[in-house]
Amino acid sequence: MANDHHHHDHDHSELSDTQLRVRALETVLTEKGYVDPAALDLLIETYEKKVGPRNGARVVARAWANPAYRARLLKDATPAIGELGYAGRQGEHIVAVENTPTLHNMVVCTLCSCYPWPVLGLPPVWYKSAPYRSRAVADPRGVLKDFGVTLPASTKIRVWDSTSEIRYLVVPMRPAGTDGWTEERLADLVTRDSMIGTGLPKSPKDLA
Amino acid sequence: MQLRTRALQTILTEKGYIEQAAIDELIETYEKKIGPRNGAQVVAKAWTDPKFRKWLFEDGTAAIGSLGFGGRSGNHLVALENTPHVHNMVVCTLCSCYPWAVLGLPPLWYKSAPYRSRTVADPRGVLRDFGVALPKDTEIRVWDSTAELRYMVVPMRPAGTDGWTEDKLVELVTRDSMIGTGFAKSPKDLR
Amino acid sequence: MNGPQDLGGMDGFGPVEPEPNEPVFHDDWEKRAFALTLAMGMPGGWNIDQSRFARENRSPAEYWSMSYYQIWFAALERMLKERALVTDDEVVAGHSLHKPKPVPRVLSPGDVLKVLHRGGPTERPTNTKPAFKPGNAVRAKNINPPTHTRLPRYVRGHVGTVDRVIGFHVFPDSNATGAGENPQWLYTVRFEGRELWGPDGDPTSQVSVDAWESYLTPAD
Repeated sequence: MANDHHHHDHDHSELSDTQLRVRALETVLTEKGYVDPAALDLLIETYEKKVGPRNGARVVARAWANPAYRARLLKDATPAIGELGYAGRQGEHIVAVENTPTLHNMVVCTLCSCYPWPVLGLPPVWYKSAPYRSRAVADPRGVLKDFGVTLPASTKIRVWDSTSEIRYLVVPMRPAGTDGWTEERLADLVTRDSMIGTGLPKSPKDLA
Repeated sequence: MQLRTRALQTILTEKGYIEQAAIDELIETYEKKIGPRNGAQVVAKAWTDPKFRKWLFEDGTAAIGSLGFGGRSGNHLVALENTPHVHNMVVCTLCSCYPWAVLGLPPLWYKSAPYRSRTVADPRGVLRDFGVALPKDTEIRVWDSTAELRYMVVPMRPAGTDGWTEDKLVELVTRDSMIGTGFAKSPKDLR
Repeated sequence: MNGPQDLGGMDGFGPVEPEPNEPVFHDDWEKRAFALTLAMGMPGGWNIDQSRFARENRSPAEYWSMSYYQIWFAALERMLKERALVTDDEVVAGHSLHKPKPVPRVLSPGDVLKVLHRGGPTERPTNTKPAFKPGNAVRAKNINPPTHTRLPRYVRGHVGTVDRVIGFHVFPDSNATGAGENPQWLYTVRFEGRELWGPDGDPTSQVSVDAWESYLTPAD
């Protein structure tokens, strides 16, 4: 899988060839009435601007601040996430998995790029690329090192390979020094990578 | 690639790590001197000499060595007998291991992904790619050369060759028949 | 298929290289390829399992050298041509040259958010009971279909524990070939790292997959 480095190193003529092909196909499909360009624009805008990791951060923040919500989320995540208005495509069946001092969760899709769109938006290139997909299941600690994350040797690591339509959301541990914080402020600590399991949430000093 | 190999050869020669004449001799040896004709001679002898045939299947390295063939990629040779019930095929899924001493250097298809990936999973499909169809009940044994053992297949002797000299029989033994992706030629193929 | 998409455990791809402040789309054509793929789902009449197979069903050399959205786009072109919705000459010309075929539905702008919100749930009703329950030891079968499957090679033949009974879900192996949804009970099965990768494997790691019932046999 070419990651973004390959993307920029490619011959310019090859990329503009793809550009032309895509444009050509869009013209053909529009002329045939199979697609409506306004619908295409709205699809793009939705995933470029509207749906993203901030959704998941709010879910996690609520789980941190509200024990009853946390319990609902861990029991049956799809409706709990739906309470915040996040639902739909590639998130029809979500399972929330919680990190604890003795267990760290990581999510991968070795076979393609399955990812919980409604709470995290579209996946980053690294998540969809061969290095992550090949190594996360075989060497999760090595992958965490690539992300600058080191866990205690005794922490168990559980890797979830998303082989079905179930989508996994990691609930990271709440950082210390955040007592009494509002959900909005807590959400600022929740990074996208912490919800995939390749990172840890920010701590209060990271926000200062 | 031309420029890169030439450049490296120059560097290594200038450093005195290699001698140009040795490089030339290596190329000449494997381009012209060592080739499937060696293996064909082994097979022709096995077809005509029952004692040699027995020895060949018991101790391939020694029997083949007695004909003057051996050495690099031929230190540990095993001969595989095709019969009406058993057909053997040789592959190296992991790279390109091949009995150089009797067959020379392997062809490109032997070293390429399609052959390496499919032979162990779908030998009949691969044989079809070579235009070879075996009876449904023939057992196909695929030998994956994962160690230093090198395998050569001894194809069945074609009909209509009684009394033929070894030199004439050699003409019938194709390279592919000694890998297992073909049969030996029949007398009419020579005409 | 035992193809280039089945990457779990493969070596040689190097380190994970995240891009700082990565944009959602790297190029305008990626946006269009993304949107075209989603928008053509309804008129195209294919299901998500068929589209996944269309992406993975190519030579490893191709798959591993193409970018993500290049693969999406190539798969879209293939599915359109397979269904004669678009022809080669039209792709070259960049214009429709033949009368359009009738399609079930076209995605209108007004429907976009509704359709995205509805998604494509795969759970189906059943009166059957799951064969396995949490805690059962199960072995992943050594199946090697040439068509689409979601049982990765790195777990086949290995013994794991049923973590959870997920539900009764559409079976991709069948759905991808057009043979129907044929839903089955779906389980999360957890494997010890050492079971998968050998005695030198990380003793603290576990890996799970979601496996349909026909992928599994009892191991107790």
